[in-house]
Amino acid sequence: MWTRDSQAARAARELQDGFYVNLGIGMPTLVANFIPEGVDVTLQSENGMLGMGPFPFAGEEDADLINAGKQTITELDRTSYFSSADSFAMIRGGHVDLSILGAMEVADNGDIANWMIPGKMVKGMGGAMDLVAGVKKIIVLMEHNAKDSSAKFKRACTLPLTGKGVVDMVISDLAVLARPAKGAPFRLIELAPGVDLDTLRMRTEGHFEA
Amino acid sequence: MANKLYPDAATALDGLLFDGMTIMSGGFGLCGIPENLIAALRDSGVKGITAISNNAGVDGFGLGLLLETRQIAKMISSYVGENKEFERQYLAGELQLEFNPQGTLAERIRAGGAGIPGFYTKTGVGTLVAEGKEHKEFGGETYILETGLVADVSIVKAWKADPHGNLIFRKTARNFNPMMATAGKVTVAEVEELVPAGSLDPDQIHTPGIFVQRLFVGRDYEKRIEQRTVRQRETA
Repeated sequence: MWTRDSQAARAARELQDGFYVNLGIGMPTLVANFIPEGVDVTLQSENGMLGMGPFPFAGEEDADLINAGKQTITELDRTSYFSSADSFAMIRGGHVDLSILGAMEVADNGDIANWMIPGKMVKGMGGAMDLVAGVKKIIVLMEHNAKDSSAKFKRACTLPLTGKGVVDMVISDLAVLARPAKGAPFRLIELAPGVDLDTLRMRTEGHFEA
Repeated sequence: MANKLYPDAATALDGLLFDGMTIMSGGFGLCGIPENLIAALRDSGVKGITAISNNAGVDGFGLGLLLETRQIAKMISSYVGENKEFERQYLAGELQLEFNPQGTLAERIRAGGAGIPGFYTKTGVGTLVAEGKEHKEFGGETYILETGLVADVSIVKAWKADPHGNLIFRKTARNFNPMMATAGKVTVAEVEELVPAGSLDPDQIHTPGIFVQRLFVGRDYEKRIEQRTVRQRETA
C-alpha cells in the first residue's frame, strides 16, 4: 500500500517537462514536494497566479499573496498575476496541461463527484467544475476506500457530479488505474507494493481491465 | 474633470444604497476584499442585499459582518465553506444561496460588464449546475448557456489609484476586483494609496478609470490571513 506521500510521489511521475499544472487542495498539494529532478513545471493557482513558489519563511508572509487554498505562498522569477476571469480562461480554454484533484467518488466512465454531499452543509464547488471541464488531463488522488470501507472507484457515482466522463487517471493507495482516452475503459497500470490483483478487485466496485 | 474622490467609505456610498439591492464585492477569501466599504455597508443598515462574491467571508470579518447583522438575503458564490453563521442561516432557510462554478462566476461578471447578456460554457455540463439551462452543441461538444451579471453597486479594493480612478491591484489581491469594477452600475473603489495623476505608468494600469465612479483611501487595513503557512529555514 502507498502512503499519502507515496501517492503524491507517484502522481508527480506523471508531470512532464514544461507542463502547466493546477494542484487541488489537500493531498494533491503534496505533489509539489516530489517534482522529479530535471522536470520543470509551472504551478497555476486559480485565484490568479502562474508560477507559484513555496510557503514563505516565518515573518515574510504577505496577505496579498495566497493560493487557492488561502495559504500564504511566495512568487518565483517566472510568476505572473491576473484576474479570476483570465485565470479561468487558462483553465476553461484548455491551456493548462494537467490538474490533480481529490475526489469522493470516481465512476468507471470517468465521472467525478467531489463537491457535495446532499443533506450535509454544502461548501461549494469552487473552481473544480471548471478544472475538470477544461484542463487537458485530469488525475484523481484519493483513498481507494472510504472510511466505511466502501469503494470510491464505482460503477456509477451516487453523489452529485462535478464533471461527466472527465477523469483520465486514478492514483489510490492501492493502485494506478488509467485510460488512454476519454470514453475508453480504465486499465490497471500499477499495483502498490504488497497489493495483489485479487485484493484490488475485492476492494473495487467499478470495472477496470487488468 | 468630475470629482471621484471621497473622504471615506460612508461618504462614498452616500445616496447609492437601497433595500433589496444587488452588490458585487471583490476578493478571494479575505484577500483583496474592500474592508472599509463592507464595514460602511454594515453601519448603513441597508437590508435584503443580494451579494455577488466568490466567498462569504469568515465569522466576524469580510462579508461575515453583513451575515451577522442579517443584511444579506441572498449570496451568489462559488465557495462558502469558512463561515459558521452562513451555515446556520442557510440551514435555517433564512438565506438564499446560488452556487456558481468559480470560472462561470468570473465570466458571468466579465460578460455583464462587457455588455454580453449570455455565453455558452462546458463547465457544469451533466451536473446540477446545468439543470434548467439551455444546452447547445458546438463542434460535437455540449455547452450550457450562462447569463451575464451586473450589480447596482460594485465595491472593489485596489492597491494604488490616481484621481481619475485608474487602478492597480497587488499580487493575488486582484482576483475578482477588475471584473466587478466593470459590472457595477456604480463602482466604488477603496485603495491603499492615492497617487497624483500622471504618476502611474499608463501601460501598467489594470482597471481604466472609466469603470470607477467613486474612490477613497481606505484606512486601518487588517488584511487578515486565513491559512498562515510557512516553511522552516534550513539551519547551516
